[in-house]
Amino acid sequence: MADEVIHADNEIRNIIQAYPPEKRFILAVMQDVQKSCNYLPKEALLGIAEYVGVPFSRVYSLATFYKAFSLTPKGRYNIKVCDGTACHIKGSPVLIDQIQNSLGIGPGETTADEIFSLETVNCLGACAIAPVMMVNDKVHPKVSSSAILEIIKGYRKEADHEE
Amino acid sequence: MRNKQNEVRQVMVCCGTGCQASGSKQVLEAFITQLQSLEGVEAVASTKATGCNGWCEQGPLVKILPDDITYCLVKVKDVPVIIEKTILGHGIVERLLYRDPISKNRVQSHHQLDFYRKQKKVALRNIGEIDPASIADYMARDGYQAFKKAITMSAQEIVDEIINSGLRGRGGGGYPTGLKWKSCLQQEEKQRYIICNGDEGDPGAFMDRSIMEGDPHTVIEGMLICAMALGASKGYIYVRDEYDLAVKNLTRAIQDAREHSLLGDKIMGREFSFHIELVRGGGAFVCGEETALLASIEGNVGEPWDKYYFPSEKGLWGYPTVINNVETWANIPVIIGQGAQDFAQIGTENSKGTKVFSLVGKVINTGLVEVPMGTTLREIIFEIGGGIINGRKFKAVQTGGPSGGCIPAELLDLKLDFDSLHEAGSMMGSGGLIVMDERTCMVEVARYYLNFLAGESCGKCVPCREGIRHMLEILTRICEGRGRTGDLELLEELAETVQEASLCGLGKTAPNPVLSTIRYFRAEYLDHIENRFCPAGICRNLTRFSIDPEKCTGCGLCKKNCPANCISGERKEVHTIDPQGCIKCGSCIDTCKFNAVLVQQEVGL
Repeated sequence: MADEVIHADNEIRNIIQAYPPEKRFILAVMQDVQKSCNYLPKEALLGIAEYVGVPFSRVYSLATFYKAFSLTPKGRYNIKVCDGTACHIKGSPVLIDQIQNSLGIGPGETTADEIFSLETVNCLGACAIAPVMMVNDKVHPKVSSSAILEIIKGYRKEADHEE
Repeated sequence: MRNKQNEVRQVMVCCGTGCQASGSKQVLEAFITQLQSLEGVEAVASTKATGCNGWCEQGPLVKILPDDITYCLVKVKDVPVIIEKTILGHGIVERLLYRDPISKNRVQSHHQLDFYRKQKKVALRNIGEIDPASIADYMARDGYQAFKKAITMSAQEIVDEIINSGLRGRGGGGYPTGLKWKSCLQQEEKQRYIICNGDEGDPGAFMDRSIMEGDPHTVIEGMLICAMALGASKGYIYVRDEYDLAVKNLTRAIQDAREHSLLGDKIMGREFSFHIELVRGGGAFVCGEETALLASIEGNVGEPWDKYYFPSEKGLWGYPTVINNVETWANIPVIIGQGAQDFAQIGTENSKGTKVFSLVGKVINTGLVEVPMGTTLREIIFEIGGGIINGRKFKAVQTGGPSGGCIPAELLDLKLDFDSLHEAGSMMGSGGLIVMDERTCMVEVARYYLNFLAGESCGKCVPCREGIRHMLEILTRICEGRGRTGDLELLEELAETVQEASLCGLGKTAPNPVLSTIRYFRAEYLDHIENRFCPAGICRNLTRFSIDPEKCTGCGLCKKNCPANCISGERKEVHTIDPQGCIKCGSCIDTCKFNAVLVQQEVGL
């Protein structure tokens, strides 16, 4: 157990050290890192292992076991298409296909320009307004196959505008 | 209404997840700012953000008290009219009232709707009525009174009361809650833990989310009563990290309870301390299994362990632990507060109380509904839910999430309780009711669940890890038009092995979606395997859409909605679908009001 985390920049170090150096807080630390960096950088995992005093393999196994974590960076707009049962029978597979065709990325991938990432999630818990899609924090309810491409276009425009 | 004219109006804006997605936060802000600009607003109206009212279909919902008016689908631009007409003028904005689809009449209060009238709210009693961020609101509705009553009772009396109520765990298994508590109480070890399982992972169920978001104090009070009975000093709420609002509202509620000396050291000046810590889950379905959840809290990978001991004997860090689901905890204050006798009068012989169901899928009124155990599927789907969308035919309802099964139309009069669902080859699970119509392919539904479970199996037991994967391969093959004679028998054989040889509930119940669909929809499987045909028009390799010239009116709706632009036809003339361009998304068949789109066998197979 080290007092100071060496393998991490300041920001990540602060997140890690906000918790006591105990095994049971690893999950919480990783969630905070993921929120801050959009993914889990290797240096953060190394830093956690060092701080808590467990082997790196142990932190890595936690990071890959839980679905919430990504070991690669996400795009600026992270599209989460809900594929829970209610969304599924109301057409989410078609939505996923359409995004895939339009952006050229499958679930778990990011576009080369790092603007969009696509994920499918098991259930967002908003089944009454299915099919649901989230782009970053914004929930899009009752998405139809004719509306989806317009929604994507809207974000593309926003991205172009910012650049 | 005249005598209510001088009362302060309460504007209650639903801020559950469903309504928020439809823009209720903006509506709330519009009410707050526009009312603030009124002179002497305190005497006129106050605004409140409530939890989920359950009727997400019609959100954003705005309720106005004491007039008891419910406005549906409210937009920011409607706010000035509501303030002028209802809050200042004491009138009603007719166009924002719900219009009954059958009688065509406008309905003033949600209390008059079948959707609410047939429900009985116990676990959801406060949701939609209080501001979840206000402990005072909770207390005004008898909040923490049950805890105060429990202080006067002995540990044995409290546990007996829960046993006598007949309450069974609402998370899935349906194990009697009181017996868990009793077992924990009997342990010699005095260090004990209380856990709330809020790792709601069943796709299609969101009642726990709604309770944690809309009434967090009821969960805390339930845990507090249990902690006092068992002398536990530490509790954990394990909640999905994706449930942002639930995490926020629970955090706030824990802090407020601490400030009111309802949590922390020396609660209300007594020799009793209880602390609650929030643990955010990492999005692994298997962590809903209690032993996997315990492993996860301890900081390990969330893999289940074999139950040589129950958690009530050796649980978290090896100490006796009571672990109950969110909805179960929400029932505890009611049982202690009003007595086990009252509670036990609701429900059936072996399933007491109410159950919250998330009524979703191809039903008109989607949302959360709470009904007494023993209510029939028909009552829930057709009376509360208003029937099937687009006037289609009911085909099946899926209950119990990935561990459950599909129940066909023949069993619509089934009285829902733990035992009847088990007999029908399904289970209560956490209470998802996913309604399916003719446009749902049962083979594809089975494939869907197996795909889900293949991703969520933790991999510890070979039969679960490999068996599910193999069943998924077979089902995928069938859906793609490569089914073989003998596939059904092979599926059944694999299912038996997975059921018998897996350690935890995930594996033991994983074959249920396959077995129940084979049991009730064998003909549909055979259609796929032998005739290379998907009657629902979902499996794309097996489907071709065409337009019936007899029925097509040339309205152009399908053409407008076709994302592939492959429907052609002039207005008021028969339209046609170009099979080359068709992506088989089914948007034409789902939007056609005249039933003119036909599902046919794909040619050339």
